[in-house]
Amino acid sequence: MAKTKVSQDTGDLVLNRISKYYGDFCAVDDLSLTIPDGSFFALLGPSGCGKTTTLRMIAGLEEPTAGTISIGDTDITTQKSYRRNVNTVFQNYALFPHLSIFENIAFGLRRRGIKDVKEEVEKALNLVELGHLSERKPAQLSGGQQQRIAVARAIVNRPEVLLLDEPLGALDLKLRRQMQIELKRIQLEVGITFIHVTHDQEEAMTMADTIAVMNQGKIEQMGSATELYEAPKTAFVANFLGQCNLIKVKVQSRSGGKVAVSAKGHTFEIPESRVSSSNDALLLGVRPEKLRLDDKGVNSIKECVVTDRSFVGTSTQYLVRTPWDLELVVFEQNDEGLHDLRVGDKVSLEWDSEHTFGLDGAQDVNAGADLDDDE
Amino acid sequence: MAFLHGATKSKSGGGSALKKRSLTPYLLLAPGLIWLITFFVIPIFSLASTSTMVRPQGAQIGTYVQELRFANYVDAFLANQEQYVRSFLYAGIATILALAISYPLAYMIAFKAGKYRNILLVLVVAPFFTSFLLRTVAWSQILGDEGPVLSTLRLLPFVDESLRLTATPFAVVSGLTYNFLPFMTLPLYASLERIDPRTLEASGDLYASGFTTFRKVTVPLSMPGVVAGTLLTFIPAAGDYVNAALLGNPSTKMIGNVIESRFFAVVDYPTAAALSFTLMATILILVTLYIRKSGTDELV
Repeated sequence: MAKTKVSQDTGDLVLNRISKYYGDFCAVDDLSLTIPDGSFFALLGPSGCGKTTTLRMIAGLEEPTAGTISIGDTDITTQKSYRRNVNTVFQNYALFPHLSIFENIAFGLRRRGIKDVKEEVEKALNLVELGHLSERKPAQLSGGQQQRIAVARAIVNRPEVLLLDEPLGALDLKLRRQMQIELKRIQLEVGITFIHVTHDQEEAMTMADTIAVMNQGKIEQMGSATELYEAPKTAFVANFLGQCNLIKVKVQSRSGGKVAVSAKGHTFEIPESRVSSSNDALLLGVRPEKLRLDDKGVNSIKECVVTDRSFVGTSTQYLVRTPWDLELVVFEQNDEGLHDLRVGDKVSLEWDSEHTFGLDGAQDVNAGADLDDDE
Repeated sequence: MAFLHGATKSKSGGGSALKKRSLTPYLLLAPGLIWLITFFVIPIFSLASTSTMVRPQGAQIGTYVQELRFANYVDAFLANQEQYVRSFLYAGIATILALAISYPLAYMIAFKAGKYRNILLVLVVAPFFTSFLLRTVAWSQILGDEGPVLSTLRLLPFVDESLRLTATPFAVVSGLTYNFLPFMTLPLYASLERIDPRTLEASGDLYASGFTTFRKVTVPLSMPGVVAGTLLTFIPAAGDYVNAALLGNPSTKMIGNVIESRFFAVVDYPTAAALSFTLMATILILVTLYIRKSGTDELV
């Protein structure tokens, strides 16, 4: 397929200290954000964290209580939604049920008095590979097809920014995977800035170049999927993206690029560069797949007990209780080194220092852990 | 239908049980069917047969014999053309007025009323708690010489002292509009309320101003309600005689008034029956044309 690069280097989208209040309730709290032109950006967070409100303010469907929004040099804070060169793919697609697929896609073009509607619509339909459906009505299409039409309807207008509000929420898992790849392909082809709102961390990690994790109206941390996963800066981010073991520890010494910490008589090491707090009370974080059921390394906990075991195909997941009654999650790859432990077996745990990170110890260990994942 | 499925599968002793079950739908239909046959089908045939009867020379008033005189239809129509045209004209104006009043009302209830939505809907239906007749009599009070409308109008400098509102076409059309307003408002509300507000947001997102969104999205999506509402208003309004009788004068008579007086005052059954059928046929044709034209069949 020919490249249909349509971005005209319009400039970055900048949210400058925006807040949104509904009465006394603060949905978005003094949020600042710069989204580079042409990037695939994800706003990730649990329901009610303010991500959709942020999106709606960018779309012009809500007005910020304070702050400004601009694209390049243009301030669009109070511009009406229909005057903004920003288009949205709505959560349930919001296709026009009375119009054919062709007319749905042509809607934006006709409103702006564009001349060669037919050609543009066909191009957009081909982009989403549904050219043969142009005469149908939305109700005659499957969920996945409607989803793509919603994308085509927005993209055909060559917006400066395309907003996607939980666009895959209504699809089943398999179709969702397929659409994630599809959306990524479309974004690379058209080169428009995509801002994708989702509560699904896997979806955000699969598609986005940059992810901003939101919680209670604020951005907790922003970075690439790898950065957020491997070096989270808060307990919320550590727990919200994947699973994480957090151990309360005390700093013993900081020297030679290493921080020595201890918990209940055990001492561990964290590289100083991976400690994000100067506090003496820290949370030592280590991902379940980084834990090994061995006792060779610098960082190890002996005399633990297996309390639960579940086989999940590619790996076996163990719950292991430390001598001081803290339960840790361990994923063990199902390959030659498999230990095949039973509940009640005694084990030791160990991990590499470079796989750990230190967070401020004043946080709730469970922040972001048990959030309802499906709205 | 799971049990039916099971019945066809079981082979032993299924015969009589199957027969009994296949009767169930008819038994369920029976009460309605008997009711409709007794009070609708039989009367309509009797009315049809009456419409071609003739009063024999010298026979008593109210005595008619069947002569299949189809010319009754032509005679009846020619003698009452004026009332015919007036009926459809008044009903048409009342329907348009009702639509003009109901659309903003239904729109407001559906999209802007918030927590007051249910109260407003009850208020729309509230007039039904009073009889149709009483409400129409009340309108003759409202529009009467000492009523609130006229006394307010008289305050205006250019309104003549001698202005009367009762016994005018204005009063009849007002009465019709008022009486059928809920029939317009409710279907309109129902179809407006079904519109996903996100489609309206999507329209705004796709460069349509508020007015364009209304024209290109709201109105087309509310068409089923518009069609249902206009039909529910127009059909009974065209056949109505209460409003013309209570609010009008002899020169505002509608076809319903003619039929009523032919039946009960003149005791000319064939003419009344012929007029009734002509009215029904005309309405049927108009409605069919209207539904074809509005092309909402795929939306309903």
